[in-house]
Amino acid sequence: MKGFSELFTVIEQTTKINAKIDALVQYFADAPESDIVWCVALLTGKTPRRAIKTADLRNWCAELSGLPMWLFDESYLVVGDLAETIALCLPAPVANKEYSLTETLQQLNKLAAASDEEKKRIITARWMEMNANNRLVFNKLITGGFRMGVSRQLVIKALAKHYNQEENQVAHKLMGNWNPEIISIDELLFEANSGEKLYHPYPFFLAYQVESELAVLGDVHDWQIEEKYDGIRGQIIVRNGELFIWSRGEELITDKFPEFELLKNILPNGTVLDGEILPYKDGRPLPFQIMQTRISRKNVTKKSLQEAPLVMICYDLLEQDGKDIRDMPLSSRRQQLEYLVTLAGSQAPLIISPVFPCNNWDEVIAIREAARDNNCEGVMLKKKDSVYETGRRRGNWWKWKVDPLTVDAVLIYAQRGHGRRADLYTDYTFAVWDNDVLVPFAKAYSGLTDKEILEVDNWIKKNTIEKFGPVRSVTPELVFELAFEGINESTRHKSGVAVRFPRIARWRKDKNIGDANTKFDLLQLIEAARR
Amino acid sequence: MLRFDNNGIYCRQAGIYIDPWRPVDKAIITHAHSDHARWGNKYYLAHHDTVPLLRLRLGFDINVEGIGYNHSIEINGVQISLHPAGHIPGSAQIRLEYKGEIWVVSGDYKLQHDGISVPFEPVRCHHFITESTFGLPVYNFPPPQQVYDEINEWWRNNADLGQNSVIIGYALGKAQRILHHLDSGIGAIWVHGAVANINTVLEEQGIELQPWQRVSPDQNKKDFNGAMIVAPPSAIGSSWLKRFEPFSLGICSGWMQLRGARRRRSADRGFIMSDHCDWTQLNEAIAATGAEHVYVTHGYKSVYAKWLRENKGINATEVETLYEGESLEGNKEEIEEL
Repeated sequence: MKGFSELFTVIEQTTKINAKIDALVQYFADAPESDIVWCVALLTGKTPRRAIKTADLRNWCAELSGLPMWLFDESYLVVGDLAETIALCLPAPVANKEYSLTETLQQLNKLAAASDEEKKRIITARWMEMNANNRLVFNKLITGGFRMGVSRQLVIKALAKHYNQEENQVAHKLMGNWNPEIISIDELLFEANSGEKLYHPYPFFLAYQVESELAVLGDVHDWQIEEKYDGIRGQIIVRNGELFIWSRGEELITDKFPEFELLKNILPNGTVLDGEILPYKDGRPLPFQIMQTRISRKNVTKKSLQEAPLVMICYDLLEQDGKDIRDMPLSSRRQQLEYLVTLAGSQAPLIISPVFPCNNWDEVIAIREAARDNNCEGVMLKKKDSVYETGRRRGNWWKWKVDPLTVDAVLIYAQRGHGRRADLYTDYTFAVWDNDVLVPFAKAYSGLTDKEILEVDNWIKKNTIEKFGPVRSVTPELVFELAFEGINESTRHKSGVAVRFPRIARWRKDKNIGDANTKFDLLQLIEAARR
Repeated sequence: MLRFDNNGIYCRQAGIYIDPWRPVDKAIITHAHSDHARWGNKYYLAHHDTVPLLRLRLGFDINVEGIGYNHSIEINGVQISLHPAGHIPGSAQIRLEYKGEIWVVSGDYKLQHDGISVPFEPVRCHHFITESTFGLPVYNFPPPQQVYDEINEWWRNNADLGQNSVIIGYALGKAQRILHHLDSGIGAIWVHGAVANINTVLEEQGIELQPWQRVSPDQNKKDFNGAMIVAPPSAIGSSWLKRFEPFSLGICSGWMQLRGARRRRSADRGFIMSDHCDWTQLNEAIAATGAEHVYVTHGYKSVYAKWLRENKGINATEVETLYEGESLEGNKEEIEEL
C-alpha cells in the first residue's frame, strides 16, 4: 500500500492538474497490475462499503492508545475526520509489514462477513504494522466513502497517457459496473466489447453554465434551444431484448422504474437514449420533491405509480441499430430521435424534449425567464452541428440556469465543519420571522470566502448563548442572503417549508435582524411557483 | 501565593506581576513574544537575553533589568529565580518560593531541543502553571531533525524545478530556528525585515544562523532565483510576497499536524515544527514537576485540565488568560517592520 499512500500524499500536496496527472502516470508505471485496477476503481467511485461500525473503530483505537473515550471524542471534534483522528491517536507501530493495495481491499471485502472479534483482531493488527501515512489511507478505506483529490476526468487523462489510448475510448471502457475483484487491466482497457458489455452506457456529455453575453455565441439559428429539466439524467439502453437504465452517477437503476419495462418490446435492439427521468402529469413535469419521495422508496407501490408516473424527456440518441452515432451532428441525431419517439407511440413513457425555434437572443432570454413556471431550471443551448462529447466541456453545449430565489435570513445556530474546516464553525442554521419568533428553515455552509468564515467563526465564539454538543446557539444578529433553487412545503421543518440547494449568497452587513424576511414571504414564493 | 486577577498573574507578597496583560508597576516577563511582553509597565524583569528583545519591541526607554538562569533574588521574603523554558532564546520559567511553598509559572515552553534556545529544565514545585496549546493526543510532533531534512529537501526540489521557496515562521524564535538548520549550500537565503531585525539582536548574543540577507524594496527579481525566503505569518497573502513568484509556500507550525489546517492555509507544504509542547511533552513536563496543583492556561485548557484530574489524579483547574499560544494568523508580528 506504500505506493498508493504516497500517491495520496502527493495528490494532497498539490492543486496543479498537471502535477496530479504526472503522479498518477508515475503510479501506473510503478504499481503491480492488480493494484492499478483497484486504484482506478477507487478513484472512479467504486469505493468499498464500510465493513466496520465507526463506534467499533473508535473503541479499538481508544483501547490501544490508552485514552478515555471522551478524550478521543474531543480530539475527533477538533480534527473533524475520523480516519485522521485514529491515525494520529494510535501508539507507534510495533512492526512494518507491507501489504499490496489488492491484498488490503480483498481483506476488507472479506471482513464484512467476519465475526466482531475477527474484525477487531485483523484491523488492530494491521494498525500496529504501519506508519501514520499508511494508517490514514487505510482508515479512509475502512470508514467508507474513500476520496482523493482527482476527478474522473483526470484519471481518464492519466490512463490514456500511460497506456497510449484515446481519452474517449478510456472513458467509455470505465463506464458501467465492472468488478475490480475479477477484471484485469487488459480486460478493462483493451478488450473489445464482448457479450457481457451489453449493459454498457456511454459517458454523459455535460455542459457548463453560460459565462458571457449570449451574443458571443454567434447566430441564434445555429443553436438548438431546449428547456433544462430538473429530474434524474439517465440513459435508457435496449440491447438483445433487454432493458438497462443508468443514472448519471453510473448507477444501474432499472429496477426503480418499472414503467419503463415495456420499452424493451417497443424500442428496436441497439438503442441508447439520453434524457431526463421525471414525474410528469397533465402535460407538464411535477416538482422535483415528488421525484425525491418516489426514488427514496424501496418498493414501488401502485399508489406511487399513480401519484408520480415517470417519463423520460428525451434529449438525444447515442446508439441506433447497434451503431454508435455520437459523431453525427446533433441536427441529424435529433431527426432520428424524433422519428424513434414517434414510432414508439403514445403508450411508451417517452416525451421528446421540445425545441424552441428562436429568431433572436431576446427570445431565449424570455424562455429562460419562464422556465421556473414550467418546473424547469433553465435553458440548454446546443450547437446544431455538435457531436456528442464526453464529460463536462465548454464550447458546443451550454446550460443557462435561472437565477436562484433569495431571502434574507438570520443566523441562529452554528456547528463545526469537517475536513478543511474542522476547527471552525462553518455549518449554519438560518431562520426567518414568524410574527416575533425566529423559526429555522434552512442549513447552509458554502458561499463565504475563507476570510469571511474566519470572521464569522470568531464572532460565533464570542456570541454563543448555549452549547449543545457540537452545536452552539448564537445571539440573533447576523443577516445573510440565502440563495436556493426551489421551495416547497415540508412537514420536516419547524418553519413548514423546505428549500432546495440552499447556500449563502452574501453576508448582509448592511442589514439588521429586523430586515430579515418572514415565513409569510416564503409561503408567497411557494404560491408564486404554483401559478 | 499567586492569583489570577484582571491584570495578569499576581504575587501579592512580592508585589509583582508575571506577564501582565495590562500596565502594572512591576512585571516579570517570561519571554519576548508580544502576548507575554506587553507595553506600558513601569518596571520589567527578564532574562539577560530577553532584555534587548524587549527594547527592540517595546522601545529603548523602558525600565528593564536582566538576570541569568538559576540565579535567585529576594523580594519581601519571596525567593524568585528564572529557569530555562526552551521556548525561544531568553525564555524562562519563573520560580517563586515563600515559606516553603513553591510555584512555577512556565510561560510558553517545550522539551524538544531547537538548537538556539537553552533547553527546558524541569523545576520541582507544588503549583505549576502550564499552557495547553497542543494539549490533545492528536498532537505528536516528529523528531526535529526529520523536519529540518524535509525542509531542505523541499528547498532543493523547488530549486531544481525553477521555483523559489518561501517559508513561514514567527519572526522571533521560529525564524531563527529555521535559519539555524537550513543547508546554505542549496542557495541564497533572504529574510523579511521583521525577521532581519530579530536576527541582528540574536546574532549579537552568539546565536549562529546561516548567512542571510534582508529583502529590500528595490531588489532585482533575479536575486531570488532558487532562493529560500524566510517570512513571518503576516506575509501570507500580502503583496510583499508577489516579488518571489514563482514560489512554493511552506508553513512551519504545530498546527500543520492536521490536514485541515494545512489545506485551509493553502500552503503547498506544512512542516510540523513548534516551539510549544506536544501531548507527550506536556505530560512529561508536568510529571517532572511533581506538582499537586496545576493551572491550565491558553489552549485546549478544559480538556487538558479534565485529563489531568481524571487520569493523573492532579488537582487541575483551567484559567482564563489573554495569552494566545501559537497562532497562524500572524497577530504576534509587527507588520510595520516591513
